[in-house]
Amino acid sequence: MGSRFNPYDNNGGTCVAIAGVDYCVVAADMRMSTGYNILTRNYSKICQLAEKSILASSGFQADVKALQKNLSARHLIYQHQHNKQMSCPAMAQLLSNTLYYKRFFPYYAFNVLGGLDSEGKGCVFTYDAVGSYERVGYSAQGTGSSLIIPVLDNQLKSPSPLLLPAKDAVTPLSEGEAIDLVKDVFASATERDIYTGDQLEVVVMNASGIRREYVSLRKD
Amino acid sequence: MKLDTSGLNSMVPLYGAEEDSEESILSVPSSFQLPRTTDFDGFQKKAVQMVKPAKGTTTLAFIFKEGVIVSADSRASMGGYISSQSVKKIIEINPYMLGTMAGGAADCQFWHRNLGIKCRLHELANKRRISVTGASKLLANILYSYRGMGLSIGTMIAGWDETGPGLYYVDAEGGRLKGKRFSVGSGSPYAYGVLDSGYRYDMTIEEAAELARRAIYHATFRDGASGGVASVYYVGPDGWKKLSGDDVGDLHYLYYPVTASPVDQEMSEIPVS
Repeated sequence: MGSRFNPYDNNGGTCVAIAGVDYCVVAADMRMSTGYNILTRNYSKICQLAEKSILASSGFQADVKALQKNLSARHLIYQHQHNKQMSCPAMAQLLSNTLYYKRFFPYYAFNVLGGLDSEGKGCVFTYDAVGSYERVGYSAQGTGSSLIIPVLDNQLKSPSPLLLPAKDAVTPLSEGEAIDLVKDVFASATERDIYTGDQLEVVVMNASGIRREYVSLRKD
Repeated sequence: MKLDTSGLNSMVPLYGAEEDSEESILSVPSSFQLPRTTDFDGFQKKAVQMVKPAKGTTTLAFIFKEGVIVSADSRASMGGYISSQSVKKIIEINPYMLGTMAGGAADCQFWHRNLGIKCRLHELANKRRISVTGASKLLANILYSYRGMGLSIGTMIAGWDETGPGLYYVDAEGGRLKGKRFSVGSGSPYAYGVLDSGYRYDMTIEEAAELARRAIYHATFRDGASGGVASVYYVGPDGWKKLSGDDVGDLHYLYYPVTASPVDQEMSEIPVS
């Protein structure tokens, strides 16, 4: 009557992704919390689903883990059936449908999917918890997202793709500048969000492949 | 002759068998997984509050002499946070039919895509395009079967078929209305004010588009949950065409330009010795 079993918990954390002309940066902090407790300072929220698709998810990590496993398995089947890797836009649609099939018992996961599309351009897809999605140039999700998004809007916002006549997007950042920007926004988010901090994992994908970098953040 | 009632079946049936509804990962799930709880409505209410799916909107559509005008803003809000200013709320079901999105973004995106699939299957099965009446009925039947489960969809299906221009309003309560003028969303009262007072049946396409643009602009001005870019589409005998997409901030200064106000006395500089 009073307190029933609550199937959800929020493990905190923040994820960011930025798409460039020929690269994509996906970053997430590595703190996992429950309530006011820190469970671990070394938990990765980033999962590579396909050759050109990286998923970063904050929220309830048990649901995130189940979601990642589900998508990896579906990707393996796709590879068996079509003899090729899934493209990032295809993975984006699969993720949207997977989330919506649990519309009445949602995955408590706030996702950002980053990668390269079939032309080699960076692409970022941002989701809500039940599967609505949109291709954007940059995104942040998680407990620190409302601290980070205004800074990214200030630095990266380009004319809306809905404008007609279409306006050219502003010159995008280089890969190095984007990585520096990501490190800066996480440093700021760590200052003011109790659930974000410890370490930052940055994954960069471009034509030459994928590389991973770790940056220390405040541990308090 | 046996009537083909396959259009009445939803693609994802509601209740599967009692065991795990996915036999294997190989197949599409045969039904939506439901939480095992005695209080379904309470759970849905809490889930919606926690998950805060993106919503908040102004959309409108009306029929006039030349066809149908469909217009919408592009803001999505999660609670008080603006989650996106560039959401596509006018969904292109096929080259001669449009759907609008209001309410839950995921619900609208998923079911409109599902409707597009059903319309295409109808074309392949019957060797002719589906009518606006038929498409709206397909969607309304699906939504009625999920009635009471917390879907939030308020959509308009606009198109041009053999009988001319068609416009239907369909919502998640199972309602389906045929009409000539609709506005849906949190900003719809403001849009109706402008739309109803300026509407005439015999307008040119440009006049009709301008009316739609102004109505959306005024709704975004007064409704916090609407904003972004006002898109205007026209549906005619050759299909739909996007007429304009304007940032509503720019539209404000276009409609109400800043004029220098005359002052009675001007302060002048006094030289300091």
